Amino acid sequence: MGYALNFNLIWRHFDKLWGGLLLSLELAVISIAVGIVIGLVLAVWYVSAGRVVRATIAAYVEFIRNVPLILLVYLVFYGLPTVVDLAYSAPTSFVLTLSVYSGAYLVEVFRSGLEAVPRGQLDAGKAIGLTPWQRLLHVRLPTMLRITLPALSNTFISLFKDTSIASVISVPELTYGAQWINFNTFRIVEVYLVTTAMYLVTGYALLFALRLVERRFRAAR
Amino acid sequence: MSDATNASSALLDVRDVSKAFGAVEVLRSVSLQVKRGEVVTVIGPSGSGKTTLLRCVNFLESYDSGSIRIDGREVGYREAGTRQRRSERDLAAMRAETGMVFQSFNLFPHLTAAGNIMLGLTKVRGKSQSEARKAAEHWLGRVGLAHKADSLPAELSGGQQQRVGIARAVAMEPKILLLDEITSALDPELVGEVLAVVRSLAEDGMTMLMVTHEMAFARDASSRIVFMADGGVSAVGPPKEILAAETSNERLRTFLARFRASHF
Amino acid sequence: MLSQILYALPFLAQGFAVTLWVSLLVVVLSLIVGVLLGVGLVYGPAPLRWVVRIFSDTIRGIPILVLMFFVYYGLPATGLHLPSFWAAVLALTLFKTAQVVEYVRGAVASIPKGQSEAAMAIGLTFSQRLTSVIFPQAFRRFLPPWINGVTDAVKGSALVSLLGITDLMQAINQVIGRTYEAMPLYILGALIYFAVNYALSLASRRLERRFAFIRE
Ligand SMILES: Nc1ncnc2c1ncn2[C@@H]1O[C@H](COP(=O)(O)OP(=O)(O)OP(=O)(O)O)[C@@H](O)[C@H]1O
Ligand SMILES: [Mg+2]
Repeated sequence: MGYALNFNLIWRHFDKLWGGLLLSLELAVISIAVGIVIGLVLAVWYVSAGRVVRATIAAYVEFIRNVPLILLVYLVFYGLPTVVDLAYSAPTSFVLTLSVYSGAYLVEVFRSGLEAVPRGQLDAGKAIGLTPWQRLLHVRLPTMLRITLPALSNTFISLFKDTSIASVISVPELTYGAQWINFNTFRIVEVYLVTTAMYLVTGYALLFALRLVERRFRAAR
Repeated sequence: MSDATNASSALLDVRDVSKAFGAVEVLRSVSLQVKRGEVVTVIGPSGSGKTTLLRCVNFLESYDSGSIRIDGREVGYREAGTRQRRSERDLAAMRAETGMVFQSFNLFPHLTAAGNIMLGLTKVRGKSQSEARKAAEHWLGRVGLAHKADSLPAELSGGQQQRVGIARAVAMEPKILLLDEITSALDPELVGEVLAVVRSLAEDGMTMLMVTHEMAFARDASSRIVFMADGGVSAVGPPKEILAAETSNERLRTFLARFRASHF
Repeated sequence: MLSQILYALPFLAQGFAVTLWVSLLVVVLSLIVGVLLGVGLVYGPAPLRWVVRIFSDTIRGIPILVLMFFVYYGLPATGLHLPSFWAAVLALTLFKTAQVVEYVRGAVASIPKGQSEAAMAIGLTFSQRLTSVIFPQAFRRFLPPWINGVTDAVKGSALVSLLGITDLMQAINQVIGRTYEAMPLYILGALIYFAVNYALSLASRRLERRFAFIRE
């Protein structure tokens, strides 16, 4: 059986894909921004805290890492509003989920980054009379950020791909757009070819750009 | 067959071998013979092609022209002149005829000292496990490590590792042993134990081609010394002649002078 | 509420069994194909290397969900009709295979060149070098990331619920559809996934230590 490719219908509804792609990027950017804040705060807290705080943060990290993202998405969107008096749109709910999700991965990234800062640098900071806060702000964090930049890039790109899960709660991002066209035009192969290409081009373009930024950072210091 | 009759009595016969890495000519028409039982040492400045020459002899490196024969058989290529590589099986069989000891030991970290030696004996020589084990113990005894047979490389000192490396090579009963700066990765106090092993092998008549920066050892242990410079053989002769301070070879004189300045 | 959940337990257990079955299939199939392709990527002829490289980079560059929809909805257009269960397993396996390929490549590439050369020098043939020298060492580098990745397969299997397969995720959604007890059931589901994956990661840490036979 021959299947003749015909992209006409795809182009007619291309705004669904294009708008979806932009929304995917938006979801990923907001989530990583919030995730970085969560990750940084918890990582700094973790390395200086006592047993109880550490165990709590570790529990958060382990829990999130070991549960499917799709379940977390359902839990926050369908489950949470039944027990707390909250009302939010699907995109907000998803961003909330993905932020908490990326936060858990980034705590790990930042924590190991903080531990990788050479002792000598901290001692040098002490030697010139910096307070603990100044040492953190001017010595530890900058060095740690440089070490963790590649991992941050990778996390961002995988979050971008993870935004496709938002389609399960009808957030009109790229995968949702693809499904819409799939069900409404039945140009199945075409729509997934185009969607795949869009994910690939965007993902690798981001990767390329982020690697350039990383190189710039390394060269600058 | 005429080739075989023409072949000199040399066990290793390197003729006009040239090799380039891209535009860089690393070996320029190198010729060199090693007779059975001889110990030939190659010296020369860094980058002169010593390592490359050794690696060509067991075809870890291919060469562009010329011929290398061991016991009258062309190494690597099907016939002199053609650049047709031997089959993978043939190459493996040829390589088993030459032993090689590496600067960085290259012991197999997942195998014990005895396991390192037994691997080639069982897989290549087709010996049974128990025969191979016996041979491994014998050779470990020869290098003074009988008690370390079941140690992993990570549990051995550098000098001990290198002695296992030597045992692994000679246990295959190669026709010729190639040694490339085998002591230069070692702490100075460990060099002696390794050189002592090499010396005793030489006394037993093992044919060797080695690269070393240990001039005193080269002088005492070698039948002949080859001085390489810029990818070519610049001088060959008995140790006394080559290492004499008043040699007429300008480059050799500079090399030795510089060498003495930095080593003594 | 509690009685409703207790009543649903056998149904959830069935779903859980499907989750484990899908995960197991994906893990085993991707291991076999991934190791073969990974070795091809390192040692194969140039055309094979390109094919595997493109396969791996493409698969890893798109969301699993898109890959799954593509396989599930797209395959029939090519004339191949797979039951949804096998379409889902195929998609997840493709995804996992690309990961395994990278683990294999990384593991083999981490073995110093001197190991191959030493093996050549004692006269081992190519296949002997692989089986006696390279693989035993690469295995130990391959194991930790691979076992860590097994939890990805278990988590990824939850996506098959979107193709109407009654795995644990789908069973939970169905029970919620009948009982409207969303929060307790999602939490129960999360705890089950957590228990499985956490146990796997503990096991992996133990295995890692067991195979750390080379001190560095
Ligand atoms: N794989 C390679 N690719 C490109 N160039 C190479 C390669 N191996 C060696 N060379 C070059 O060939 C030349 C000879 O190298 P070789 O290692 O044979 O020298 P050597 O005499 O052993 O030096 P050393 O005393 O430092 O060990 C050097 O200029 C080196 O940079
Ligand atoms: Mg060298």
